[in-house]
Order: sequence, then C-alpha cells, then structure tokens
Amino acid sequence: METKKTSLYKLHQNSKAKFVEFAGYQMPIQYSDGIVEEHKFTRNCSGIFDVSHMGQLFIYGDDNLIDDLEKIFPLDLKNLKLNHSKYSFLMNDDAGIYDDLIITKIDNGFLIVLNAACKENDYKILSELLNGKYKMVLDEKRSLIAIQGPKSVQILNDIIDGVRDLSFMSGNWFLFEEQKIYITRSGYTGEDGFEISISNEKAESFTKKLIEKGAKLIGLGARDTLRLEAGLCLYGHELDKNKTPVEANLKWAISKERISKGNFIGSERINKQLNDGVSKIRVGIKPEGRVIAREKTKIYNQSDLHIGEITSGTFGPSVNGPVAMGYVENEFSKKDTKVFLEVRGKRHPANICGLPFYKKSYVKGAN
Amino acid sequence: MSEVKYSKEHEWIKLEGDTATIGITKHAAEMLGDIVFTELPEKGSNVDKDGTAGVVESTKAASDVYTPVSGEVLDTNQAIVDDPSKINEDPENTAWFFKLKIKDKSEMDSLMNKDEYDKFAKESSS
Repeated sequence: METKKTSLYKLHQNSKAKFVEFAGYQMPIQYSDGIVEEHKFTRNCSGIFDVSHMGQLFIYGDDNLIDDLEKIFPLDLKNLKLNHSKYSFLMNDDAGIYDDLIITKIDNGFLIVLNAACKENDYKILSELLNGKYKMVLDEKRSLIAIQGPKSVQILNDIIDGVRDLSFMSGNWFLFEEQKIYITRSGYTGEDGFEISISNEKAESFTKKLIEKGAKLIGLGARDTLRLEAGLCLYGHELDKNKTPVEANLKWAISKERISKGNFIGSERINKQLNDGVSKIRVGIKPEGRVIAREKTKIYNQSDLHIGEITSGTFGPSVNGPVAMGYVENEFSKKDTKVFLEVRGKRHPANICGLPFYKKSYVKGAN
Repeated sequence: MSEVKYSKEHEWIKLEGDTATIGITKHAAEMLGDIVFTELPEKGSNVDKDGTAGVVESTKAASDVYTPVSGEVLDTNQAIVDDPSKINEDPENTAWFFKLKIKDKSEMDSLMNKDEYDKFAKESSS
C-alpha cells in the first residue's frame, strides 16, 4: 500500500522535515532545529503539530445514538454538554483497549478523534456495534492541526477571535476565510493549546498564518517526548488489547455514574478490577542516573525479582534527564519504591514516581 | 605528524605516535540528532578492533560506538558524559570519545581517508 501524505506535506518538506512512515503516512519526525529544541520551543512558546493522520469520525444521530454509544463507552454522555469533550476508550468484552480517543458532543451527534493506526479498525468495530443505524463519516477531507504551548492562545486568537474564551476540553465552530472550522481547547503535550479541524484545502494557508504569528512546526519526535513528560499514554505502548483502563491507571476517565450501573462493553471486568484490584498497573519511573531505559526494558525489584517492563522511555528535555513509564506488579507500584532497570546487561537504579514528570499548565476556565 | 582516518561505522581516528584519539563523525552526529546520553569504555580496559567501546543515545534511539582499532584505553572524555550535547556541537574536535594506546598500527590501513569517507557517507545516507 502506498504511504499517504497529509495536506501539509509540502509545507513540511519546505521546512526541511525528516520524514518517517507512521501508521501508513509520511509524517515529519523532526525539522532542522531537532527534537530537543522543538520540545523546548513548545514548552516556552508555541508549537504546531500536524496530526491529520488521526481519524476524525463524525457520527450523526438523536437520543437513540446517545443510548447506543453509552453501551460502548464508559461515559455519562447524556449529561455531556454540547461542544464538550471527554477522553475515553473503545474496549473489547474483557475491557482490553482497542483505542483511546477524545469524544466531543456536536450538533446532531459526536466527533470522535481516533489514533491513526487504529482508525480503520475502530470504524469497523463501531459500524458493527451501531448496526448501520447512524450516519458515520471517517472524514478524510479534513486535516487536524494542534497548536500547543503558552503562547498558543494569543497566536490563535489573533487569527480566530474568540478562541481564548474556550475552556479546557470544550470546543466550538469558528470561521476561517469563510469556512467552518471546529476548534477544541485540548492537546497531548501537557501544555495549554488547541486542536483545529479544518478542510484539507485550507490547512496549509491556516498553518502558514500560525507560523507568521510566531508558532513553529514541531515533529512527532518532540510530540513523543512532550507527551511522555506529561505522563500521557501512547496507544501501542502503554495501551493495547491486553491492557484495561484500570490497569493503565486511567480509572479517572471512567464515569462513576456508569460504573455503578454497568451495562457497557467491558463493564464486568472493570467492576471486578475496581473491587478486587489489579495484578499489574501503569506507573511513572524515574531513573536515578542518566541512562535511558527504552521500551521493553525489564524492571526488577531489590531482590532480583522480575516485576515488570518499560513501555515508553526517553530523555525528557524539560526534565533534563531520563523519564519512563511502564507496568509493574501492583505490590511494587507505590511511589518511591526502588526498582532496577536492565539496560545493556547492567542493572540501573530507578524509583517509581508520580505522574506527570513535568507539571501541566492547562487552562481550566476561560481567561 | 598526525593521520586522520575514518571507519564504516562513522568513527574518526587520529593517530599521533602510538596514541589514537577516536570520536564519531559530523555525519554520524547529524544522523543521530540530539545526543542526550554517552557511555564510554573504562580507562585501562582493552578494546578490540570493531568491538563495542561505548554508546550514544539520541532522543530517538541508542547506538553502539565501535573502536576502529585495538588497544588499551588511556583516557576518556568526561566532558561529553557530563554534557552529551557537546557531541552535536563539535564532534570531530573537542568532543572526542576516548584515547587508545594502539596495539597494531597496520589496523589503520583498512580505514578510509577523508575523501573516501565523505563519498561513503554521502552514499550511505541517500
């Protein structure tokens, strides 16, 4: 299969991007500044991320759609206000995660943003579960652009007046050059920011405007170090079909209302794990030295017992040291538990720690 | 008189008398991206031609550093352990990795000169 290109491909090329193939797309891993500079620029100023490879699934329907989606997602969708978003999961019967996603209530339905590598499969699963009752569009005609970092609100508001009034995890329709664009205040870097759903034709001119105002294009490399410092999960690493939201330490994302009643896919297993506990759980891990423990690194306790594995590990530019997340047996998951990471045949000391590694500065309400 | 040669693993080696100074090339540093971690061989240890003698890690991945010749490690550059970004700044000069007492100077013969290496690097990255 030929690799796909996003509408910003030419702009990436002109900005001297190094490309990698990711989920069937040619995506920029970094530009000429490099991952560390791009990471710091996002934390200090404003970074632009082309995330058009992600799926934008529009599902249209009435109250019946809400009922049917509540059988799938562990969310209180009846009380989700128009233009408000929630983080959630598509799960199998054993609560194993097919994908993690953001679902937003829009006029006449929902917009669900899906991971690029999962979107086709998600569409298939959701079509079967919803039995063809609703209009579903996995929209390839729209690009998705994220702008993240403390200066983003000012930069974006200069172009689209009014975005500064959005509160975290909410959105609305705005106009750009007479076209409707949907903007949510959200992101995946641990910074204040926005995600903009815009037609493919307008994506490049819109992005150029952001650049003119002082934002810079940032590659997937820095996106990974930013999200890891923020303690956020990446599908295929922290999350997969064999892990549940409870094991992933994401039970905050499951509606308490819905847990007590059950009646959604995976609810039995989730209820059982919430009552009985889990055998393994996701934790933050901070190596004591400078050695980077990458994915699949084995974790041992002080008595040489193999207790888990790293799922993501890198150097955190803002932390200025190595950071990692992984799964350990529940009894070793307490903060400050000393563990050892086996890197190139040697065991290196590390500590279980709280997340995030880098403190978030999300805006809670409107300015 | 000193002689600088290059290996297919993208190390440079400068021989002055019996002392060989070894580092990674500018091309290698550019390919790796931002270097954030360095591990060097132990002083006094012996390393064998084409064997692993260290590690460099960028934000993306870890790569082994090989020694292009055999010898005893005389010295290592602590400055690049303390601040690995120095390797991106000045890879072929102040950011050297380690110095060896060379065991067999004939091991230099199979290595590339500057022109040969530049050509090799250009081809291997295209």
